[in-house]
Amino acid sequence: MSAKLDLARIRKDFPILDQEVNGHRLVYLDSAATSQKPRAVIDALVRYYERDNSNIHRGIHTLAQRATEQYEGTREKVARFIGAPNSRDIVFTRNTTEAINLVAHSWGEQFVGEGDEIVISEMEHHSNIVPWQLLAARTGAVVRFARVRPDGVLDLDSLAALVGTRTKLVSLVHVSNVLGTINPIGEIAELAHAAGALLLVDAAQSVPHMPVNVSELGADFVAFSSHKMLGPTGVGVLWARDGLLDEMAPFMGGGEMISVVREEGSTWASVPHKFEAGTPNIADVIAFGTAIEYLEGLGMESVRAHEVEVTGYAMDELEKLPGLTIHGPRDPQERGGVVSFALEGIHPHDISTIVDGHGVAIRAGHHCAQLLMRALGVPATSRASFSVYSGPDDVDALVAALKHAQEVFA
Amino acid sequence: MADPFDDLYRELILDHYRKPRNHGEMPDAPIRVEGVNPVCGDEIHLDLKVAGGELRDISFWGVGCSSSQSSASMLTERLKGKPIEEVDRIGKKVRAMLVDGALPDSDLGDLEALEGVAKLPVRVKCALLCWNVLEQGLREATTAA
Repeated sequence: MSAKLDLARIRKDFPILDQEVNGHRLVYLDSAATSQKPRAVIDALVRYYERDNSNIHRGIHTLAQRATEQYEGTREKVARFIGAPNSRDIVFTRNTTEAINLVAHSWGEQFVGEGDEIVISEMEHHSNIVPWQLLAARTGAVVRFARVRPDGVLDLDSLAALVGTRTKLVSLVHVSNVLGTINPIGEIAELAHAAGALLLVDAAQSVPHMPVNVSELGADFVAFSSHKMLGPTGVGVLWARDGLLDEMAPFMGGGEMISVVREEGSTWASVPHKFEAGTPNIADVIAFGTAIEYLEGLGMESVRAHEVEVTGYAMDELEKLPGLTIHGPRDPQERGGVVSFALEGIHPHDISTIVDGHGVAIRAGHHCAQLLMRALGVPATSRASFSVYSGPDDVDALVAALKHAQEVFA
Repeated sequence: MADPFDDLYRELILDHYRKPRNHGEMPDAPIRVEGVNPVCGDEIHLDLKVAGGELRDISFWGVGCSSSQSSASMLTERLKGKPIEEVDRIGKKVRAMLVDGALPDSDLGDLEALEGVAKLPVRVKCALLCWNVLEQGLREATTAA
């Protein structure tokens, strides 16, 4: 049994929450877009720039050693956090999007050719659609889309029907950023591997919110971002199954990623450095390590249990409002901490503006998932999303603000 | 009304949102133009009839928030049957109010109610969408003529 999170104590760790917006307590319900940062992470950034700032890997002096140790230390922490057997299989990128683009270039151009197929789904974020469309345009490959059922669950039959001998890669989201749907990655991995295809998992909304062990997940590539898991912006992670990175060509060329440079050609550094050209985002990677420690301190089982509780409470309370429809699975155990909803007769942008007047920050729009909006038959949705600092009082504030929106539009 | 959030939803805007004027397709429209705001998915379609230096007829339909749809409704109501010079003048005044925060005058009619939108920069693009579509339509009318 996991320990219950101490919400009051956690909130004290997040300085940004201690403010009023438009005359009300800030109620931040947009953590799926980006999470807030605990003071420890902010302090780690300041400490690095005040004490340890220097370039990594090449320097011999003390500061360079300190910076290198801390940067590589985060790689070890990430490996531990996601159950990766080997930290050399972890590449730092700018974000999830860049991690997926890295695979589309370095792996895609080597292993995907004309007539080959990449299978994704209607549920994907644009970051897991457009890189494959661009790869298809470069190589003559074809992108195919598995369907989403009206209840917001991935149609596994339509996925199974698409995966075949031509499929080189299946690339799917773990937890939908719009619906919260948790996809059965184990089952999908079996399907992909049986067809000889690899599986990439966009874990941007899962790794920050629930225990994820890449050794058990079944995926060959996993991508996620620091900024959605209490860490700074500008850091993403690509994990690849053992040996995959060695087979892949470099993504970008430059310093840091080479072994020997000669006029007639160059040789590459070993992985993961082959994929980290140029001076990386040292400070933010180091502070990302602090974010991971913060989450480990809470325990990911506890984080998940807390968010299931808040999500369940939000669904119960929101459903009491007349004319409100929740998209996606009804059981909070079967979804991430994301609740997308429609309120009859009020456009999501109007909802977002009115609740902002009450200090409540939610997201309105297509959530970078235009294909899914089409599948749901809506132009946009309103979305409340949760993190470790979210509580039932936040939900109550949202519901009160929504009641006001209904009065305005009555 | 000091609160911009209340300003935005002044009765006039909500009235146009609930009961849009000149709404729907014009069966024999010589000019059909449309605009989409890719960020939020707002859509505005305008059907226009321009003749003899006048905007003889105009209708609209679309999907989107109250700002985008009421702005279009007010646009059609204020400009239908008016000389093109007047159409241009009102267009400039609306832009000045929404983008530069200029004070509205009575020349604008109901459009004056959009003043509150100017205080919410993220929503200005919603109210401007139909005005951009109208400009495109008038350009097409000039080219066609």
